[in-house]
Amino acid sequence: MQYLKYLVFGTLFGFILMRAEVISWFRIQEMFRFQDFHMYGIIGSAILIGMISIMLIRKFNAKDIHGNPITIEPKDSSQMYRYTIGGLLFGFGWALTGACPGPVFALLGSGISVFAVILLSALAGTYVYGYFQKQLPH
Amino acid sequence: MFEFLWQPWPWYVTGPIIGLMIPIMLFFSNKALGVSSSLRHTCAACAPGKIEFFKYDWKTQGLWNIIFVVGILLGGFLGGYIFANPDPIAISEATKTDLQALGITDFEGYVPSDIFSWSNLFTVHGIIIMVVGGFLVGFGARYAGGCTSGHAISGISNLQLASVVAVIGFFAGGLFITHVIYPLIF
Repeated sequence: MQYLKYLVFGTLFGFILMRAEVISWFRIQEMFRFQDFHMYGIIGSAILIGMISIMLIRKFNAKDIHGNPITIEPKDSSQMYRYTIGGLLFGFGWALTGACPGPVFALLGSGISVFAVILLSALAGTYVYGYFQKQLPH
Repeated sequence: MFEFLWQPWPWYVTGPIIGLMIPIMLFFSNKALGVSSSLRHTCAACAPGKIEFFKYDWKTQGLWNIIFVVGILLGGFLGGYIFANPDPIAISEATKTDLQALGITDFEGYVPSDIFSWSNLFTVHGIIIMVVGGFLVGFGARYAGGCTSGHAISGISNLQLASVVAVIGFFAGGLFITHVIYPLIF
């Protein structure tokens, strides 16, 4: 039962991704061609609201629902190879499939069954990364 | 009166709601919004083998994330099947013209069936887009330590330099595929 909330959050997130159309290959193409403000508006305003929220959480030392201090794990900013090379490779995949991981699940749920191939390929990519992790520059 | 459930919502509604997911999840579960780690947890749950990267207690660290993406699947079913928008995605005319020049003819659904269909899977561009593209999404997300949600939304909101660098990489990679590779594979 303690996990039910994650199902609710995920459902809400997936539904919003569909209404926002960020799951659409067309919208991703439009973004990478700088032909509409739609995607930039969504990502920009999401970051703005997220940033203000986190600033307020910090300022007031906000607690979570159980009274524990809210903690956000920082990313390791000393490993720049991984963010540049990994970021670039992810960008290739994002533009090719027109979908980042969230939309892959949402599109599969919407009934476009061939996205199962993309999901399995993404799992394979994750697995191969795990296998070669030690050999890759980070 | 419930037409809005079927219709697309403007960016200034959906963007802020996505942003609000961050404090909502932090408040109710002390978890940072992110999707791609679920792929790692799935590998760890199904086939860890001898790989150190997959040897950890996925139930305590990752079960929540796997349930979260099952939710996204359900949200996609609700938003894209039950309340499917009957109209084509209203992309700009300029994009439509560009994509028609690439050979795209189907603008009806969320994604073009010219590319994303089972019958197209075993063509050269089908394999490059779906199989290689999917592989790079999974490989790149783990290499970079996050995807659009974990880096672009959560990470930049938390003022992480690492996330800014990763997102610049996402965009540089996307621009390269769109403007250099797409004209070659279609």
